[in-house]
Amino acid sequence: MAKPRAFDVTTLPGFTFIAILSFVLLYAPIVTLVVYSFNGGNSVNQWGGFSLEWYVVAFNNAAVQDATMRSLIIALWAAVISTSVATLAALGTTRRGKFKGQTVIYIIINQPLMVPEIVTAVALLIFFSSVKLATGYSGLGYLILAHSAFCIPFAYLPIRARLEGMDTAMETAAADLYATPLQTFRYVTLPLLLPGVIAGAMLAFIISLDNVVITEFVKSAGQDTLPTYMLGQLRRALTPEVNAISTTLLALTIFILIAFALVTKKRN
Amino acid sequence: MSKPSGQRSKGVNGWLLSTPALVLLLLAASGPLLIVAAYSVMEKGDYSGVRWVLSGEGWFRVLFERDIFDQTVSLADANLSIFWRSVKLSIATTLITFFLGLPTAWFIATRPASSRAFWLFLITIPFWTNLLIRTFAIMEVIRNQGILNTALMKSGLISEPIQILYTDTAVLIGMAYVYLPLMVLPLYAAVDRFDFKLIEAGYDLYASRWQILRRVILPIIKPGIIAGSILVFIPSLGAYVTPRVLGGGKNMMIGNFIELQFGQGQNWPLGAALSTVLLLVVLVSLVVYTRVSSRDNQDG
Amino acid sequence: MNTNVAVDAQNVGKIYGIGNSAVTALGDVSLSIQKGEFFTLLGPSGCGKTTLLRCIAGFETPTSGAIHLSGRDITHTPPNARPVNTVFQSYALFPHLTVAQNVGFGLKMLGKPADEVTKSVARVLALVKLEEFADRFPQQLSGGQQQRVALARALAPEPEVLLLDEPLSALDLKLRKEMQSELKRLQTETGITFIFVTHDQEEALTMSDRIGVMSRGALLQVGTPHEIYENPADRFVADFIGETNFLEGTVADGKVRIGTGDVLDVALKVQTGAVTLAIRPEQVSIVPTGSGIAAKITETTYMGTDTHYTLALDDGSDIVARVQSNTTQAHKVGDAVAIRIGTVQVLQS
Repeated sequence: MAKPRAFDVTTLPGFTFIAILSFVLLYAPIVTLVVYSFNGGNSVNQWGGFSLEWYVVAFNNAAVQDATMRSLIIALWAAVISTSVATLAALGTTRRGKFKGQTVIYIIINQPLMVPEIVTAVALLIFFSSVKLATGYSGLGYLILAHSAFCIPFAYLPIRARLEGMDTAMETAAADLYATPLQTFRYVTLPLLLPGVIAGAMLAFIISLDNVVITEFVKSAGQDTLPTYMLGQLRRALTPEVNAISTTLLALTIFILIAFALVTKKRN
Repeated sequence: MSKPSGQRSKGVNGWLLSTPALVLLLLAASGPLLIVAAYSVMEKGDYSGVRWVLSGEGWFRVLFERDIFDQTVSLADANLSIFWRSVKLSIATTLITFFLGLPTAWFIATRPASSRAFWLFLITIPFWTNLLIRTFAIMEVIRNQGILNTALMKSGLISEPIQILYTDTAVLIGMAYVYLPLMVLPLYAAVDRFDFKLIEAGYDLYASRWQILRRVILPIIKPGIIAGSILVFIPSLGAYVTPRVLGGGKNMMIGNFIELQFGQGQNWPLGAALSTVLLLVVLVSLVVYTRVSSRDNQDG
Repeated sequence: MNTNVAVDAQNVGKIYGIGNSAVTALGDVSLSIQKGEFFTLLGPSGCGKTTLLRCIAGFETPTSGAIHLSGRDITHTPPNARPVNTVFQSYALFPHLTVAQNVGFGLKMLGKPADEVTKSVARVLALVKLEEFADRFPQQLSGGQQQRVALARALAPEPEVLLLDEPLSALDLKLRKEMQSELKRLQTETGITFIFVTHDQEEALTMSDRIGVMSRGALLQVGTPHEIYENPADRFVADFIGETNFLEGTVADGKVRIGTGDVLDVALKVQTGAVTLAIRPEQVSIVPTGSGIAAKITETTYMGTDTHYTLALDDGSDIVARVQSNTTQAHKVGDAVAIRIGTVQVLQS
């Protein structure tokens, strides 16, 4: 006879099984990828023992070094620019009551989240190719501009969330205690907002670092970032080198996410 | 200072502070979309680009083609099959992610508060991980010498590897894999707000588990279901990387088809028209979503 | 102008919105608060008491009227230029600053030298008995301690007037009682004018020198707790402050006749017409049948020291009597008794 079990209202038949299955399905491929990045030997098909050889190959590959530097430069610029403008926008659109056109601002800011990337990519290709033709400039500026733009909603959301979670009484209290509006911003609003700003910058950094589609369309010749380099490699055979690069990027993402979790958790 | 002028200064400040962000977005995100729309009604250029002459040819070519010799008009079957594949795969992706995602979201929301953050974090890692990396990861699993085929062959279930990679199935598996977190997160948000006392009330009133799910839980978390479905359906329809890597160039979706039009000697107006179509579909889904969710809010 | 007046509000009105959607939060309130007074604004939520407080603090600008502080017109002075400080309902302590930094914030903003700030902070923290918590962060303190920090922070710049916006509402009953006497002590020690906002009539009665009762944006009555309780100006005040029975009556020949036909002997302000009688439950005593107005007990509620009896009179009206539990024999539901009524307030119907 089955053991009498406590009747748990939160359990639904099969749900736990499917949930666990989902987690396994989510992680099995990633784990495989990570494990295979440590595969010695030349074949991607056979386990040749633990080795860091593909990491060494990847790190010594001038094209990879180049693409990495380019990815980091773009991501840093994009994070700084998008976070700066998103902070201002968040200050302008929260906690001051509704005003005319607020919805329009929301829609424009969140637009990159809604429009399929391929459409934006095509649009930027058309726009920037004529600008390139007109100005003769074909530097990293286009990529930085494009990345800064689509990173804005990602930077904006945590900053806005932080601002909305902040008691408006904070600024009221500061004003009550003789702070001028500028002092209020300097001593109260900004320090309280900082975790949100850092979180926003981190998300923007990840999003920029990960971008494939828009970068692929906007970049000029010889402007590969790490993701577009990896996509290009796929035209040839899949190599463990790509696995090694992927694993490194994955580690970086997880590192930033943990830092993000710590920064946003501190609020209580 | 009276209230109205106070409101006006609020608005001025709001717009002023938002201006840098808006300028950047109009320059490098929203603005160029208008150029796409404009390009879609231009005449095709000789090599690439457009000639500045108004023409409906781009839009015409979305659905139709002309015979090279006798100019007879017929439906463009190749295009239609790409559209059909995109819609079919996107709907299937949405369904798969929903059936996996709901139990997952439920599972996370019913964990004790102490471990909930951990389970949620397990979802956020893939969510923020490079889409290309995740596509590579799934490729590792399903390719002919990948772990799936190897395991099946070792177990003796099959003698020849099953060709999954470079098929529609591969694209479907890949999209379901990469977009699953997009379904789980809004569902979790909905389930997390769910009042479990309602289930007790349901059981108290003689409902079975199945009835509880159908009559109590699903109606209440409907906004989350719609949000998750939109979040999965839209990027699926516009998917580019996943079908390119896993479909192997043959099994194109709209995204890849659009890209193709922007290559050398290709048809930019057609590509622009296709992009505009995609944009309109997304717009309509979003409008439907806002309508439905605001109606739900009004109902209480 | 009277130099003893701390805050003088003249015909202050506050209307939100414009046109058809306009809402009157405050309609033409005039009020003088004396220096060194513990003044309480009392009323149900939405009565305008907080709006009035925020107008005095400078967070809201009145749509009409003027506010004077020690004779100066401050109606349009921004809050950071008013020698007035607020203890917020939510405390509004800065989470990124320590207790000492919170308390010293106002002095720092006023540009006081660092050593003077340190000295003042120490003095004020001693005043609220929080010396040993100076370096903690607000989140690390209990609700009661946070309350004291908020108080210390508002007192540190030595304002002319301290505004307290329902500061005790988040505390549990025991702590609230403690803080009530603590507030009273601080007010006496510092001599600062306190303007206290609450919806709790008991709190208002026990702490205040004077009370202003508000309802729907209007000030209904201003007076000492005793005046307000014993001599309510109208039915709302009588009902809001303490428990009150209301009986309808008519005045004729200098007497009041109630619905049952019985005649009450009360002091009258009016000579004729319909009136409402406000009777506190403790003014109703239960006596044997025949020696008062006939009544029947319909409900008894034992409350410890007191017992509340609800009685039905012959005309169908109800009246509640509060009787000390230990001095009377208990009556049961259904008992036929009689009542005698002591002090009665006659209100215009």
